[in-house]
Amino acid sequence: MGFTRKDLLGMRDLEVHEIETILDTAQSLKEINTRSIKKVPTLRGKTVVHLFYEPSTRTRTSFDIAAKRLSADTYSIATTTSSMVKGETFLDTIKNLEAMRPDVFIIRHSASGTPHRVAQRTTASVINAGDGMHEHPSQALLDMLTIREHKGRLEGLTVLIVGDIAHSRVARSNIWGLTKMGARVVVCGPPTLMPSHMDQLPVTVSLQLEPVIPSADVIMVLRLQKERQGQGLLPSLREYAAYYGIDRKKLAQAKPDVLIMHPGPMNRGVEISPDVADGPHSVILDQVTNGVAVRMALLYLLVQRDESAL
Amino acid sequence: MILRGGRILDPQRRIDRVGDVVIRDGHIHAVAWDPKDIALSPQTRVIDVSGKWVVPAWVDMHVHLREPGEEYKETIATGTAAAVAGGFGAVACMPNTHPVNDCAAVTEFIRRRAQEQGFCRVYPVAAISKGLKGQELSEFGELREAGAVAVSDDGRPVTNAALMRRALEYARAFDLVVISHAEEESLSRGGHMHEGLVSTRLGLQGIPAAAEAAMIARDVLLAELTGGRLHIAHVSTEASVWILREAKRRGIAVTCETAPHYFTLTDECVEGFDTVFKVNPPLRTRRDVEAIKEGLADGTIDAIATDHAPHSVLEKDTEFQDAANGMIGLESALPLVLGLIREGVGNPLDILAKVTCNPARILGIPMGSLEPGSPAHVTVIDPEAEVVIDPEGFQSKGRNCPFRGWSVRGRAVLTLVDGLVRYPFH
Repeated sequence: MGFTRKDLLGMRDLEVHEIETILDTAQSLKEINTRSIKKVPTLRGKTVVHLFYEPSTRTRTSFDIAAKRLSADTYSIATTTSSMVKGETFLDTIKNLEAMRPDVFIIRHSASGTPHRVAQRTTASVINAGDGMHEHPSQALLDMLTIREHKGRLEGLTVLIVGDIAHSRVARSNIWGLTKMGARVVVCGPPTLMPSHMDQLPVTVSLQLEPVIPSADVIMVLRLQKERQGQGLLPSLREYAAYYGIDRKKLAQAKPDVLIMHPGPMNRGVEISPDVADGPHSVILDQVTNGVAVRMALLYLLVQRDESAL
Repeated sequence: MILRGGRILDPQRRIDRVGDVVIRDGHIHAVAWDPKDIALSPQTRVIDVSGKWVVPAWVDMHVHLREPGEEYKETIATGTAAAVAGGFGAVACMPNTHPVNDCAAVTEFIRRRAQEQGFCRVYPVAAISKGLKGQELSEFGELREAGAVAVSDDGRPVTNAALMRRALEYARAFDLVVISHAEEESLSRGGHMHEGLVSTRLGLQGIPAAAEAAMIARDVLLAELTGGRLHIAHVSTEASVWILREAKRRGIAVTCETAPHYFTLTDECVEGFDTVFKVNPPLRTRRDVEAIKEGLADGTIDAIATDHAPHSVLEKDTEFQDAANGMIGLESALPLVLGLIREGVGNPLDILAKVTCNPARILGIPMGSLEPGSPAHVTVIDPEAEVVIDPEGFQSKGRNCPFRGWSVRGRAVLTLVDGLVRYPFH
């Protein structure tokens, strides 16, 4: 089936066959990244604009490498160098950039829903590279690719997501993506970091970590923003680490082939202990490698979308 | 002028009967059931309103006219034109203008401007606290004399409970009702929509229903303590209705209003991040909508007001979290209120009371009645008119209408204020 979507805004919108297409495409493009000449002409003459209104090293670099390996021309606009500081609104900036006929906008923004509002008013493709607490679909896709590589499947697996679920777009995107692909998702974190009505999403909620570790095939550890303590959501990082941090002792209860994942950047010693982060179960660097392949696949599929099927 | 053969609905006097309304010298001269009872002179203008409803002109006790200070959003002229086009003969305008309506000079300016340029009656609501800062009471006595009919810090809650207590006490000396924008800010701060399943899905920080209900609970206790007259603005949650029902059962002097969007729309509307659905209090859940309707049905909710809040594209065409709160309502309220009657939430007299005699009574203003001798503020409604709501044709400067494109039934065909035809426009 052809890929006909103009934009990639969230995992919640995607159909199972679309997710499969993206993962399969990423898998086949991954080989390019191991060549000595890591470049193919697929997107030659296409223009990709990165609009990052929130700090990001890993995601932006990953998207930029992906675009360049497909021979697209890329331009980066970050908050400090944009018109934002001159008082122009974000949507005005988009209108102006649109007039220069880009093919793809890759947008990260602290406000949930901003890529969606942009997508409604541009003919270019929009990729959501993370919007507020809403979605981060390319992260979920690279997580799913990594799990599939190591486990051979997604269906039937139990994925435990631990930490600050309330503020996490990574958690939301993974919940939609993984459950569509037939995995069981367990979310775990302190009640103050658990969003309301979580029990109405297709997940199992646990407020305690230790009871849910043994059944997990994958443990996805979320970054804990240190500001959460100042916001009154946590008494201390120390207590958080004691009850919700993944360390060797807690990991001893897990399945022997459990995968440890983290979207980065890590607070070593808070949500994850250094020995676990660098230990034999960790696939954290595989996630980063797969990130480039997934983003190549997204750019390829959106730009080369099957318009005849529209 | 004679309005001939309409269905006369006067909620205050519980009249629902076909007849004629005779208007002379700006007043209701007579209401007659038999045309033979009316002496016709050749000059008398007879308007056939058979098949239509003849009701007291509607009263919107909660609007933002934006003048003085934000005339690019709305003016007294455009806001009152919107009012009469929507069937309203009077509006009470909130004090969060620039400058704030916290002194007699601003109240007088609004009244004078309304007399010169307005299409309907304008009743200013003055600020509870100077500058809406929540620190010192404004001068209620002078404001009352200048024409203010109520006090409110609307747009912001009175966070300091002691100040709210003093406001309720002090207002008694001038027989002013204190209108509370009930919001516990320590719970709502940082929120952009109702806290619930939808906010969780959308990754938008939520405002829990308890932020509203907790403040209502505080305020009804203060009303009981002080004996002051309290009115709760824009009630939106099930718990709020529950607390208000209990307070009334206890005999506390409290009244309240809701707005059409709170009995029509839910937080599901925010899917898609359209900022037209951003409002404070936020759109709630289906369960809250049902509870609001129950509150309207059993009389817990006394009034329906629009909380007409015009904004320009500058405030609305932006990221959801940066967009201003508020919706316009004057030109879409009438068919939605009639919808309550069609749905069986209440009979015509009970529902119409909430937009006529009830708000008039709460504010203590001479509106909301068709009794002979009273000023002729009359709305004629075609209850069956099919209307597609099109904000581009509105009198209001605001286009932030959440009902764009809705097919609805009912419209005002004639709005009289002091016996003068103010709508349709000449």
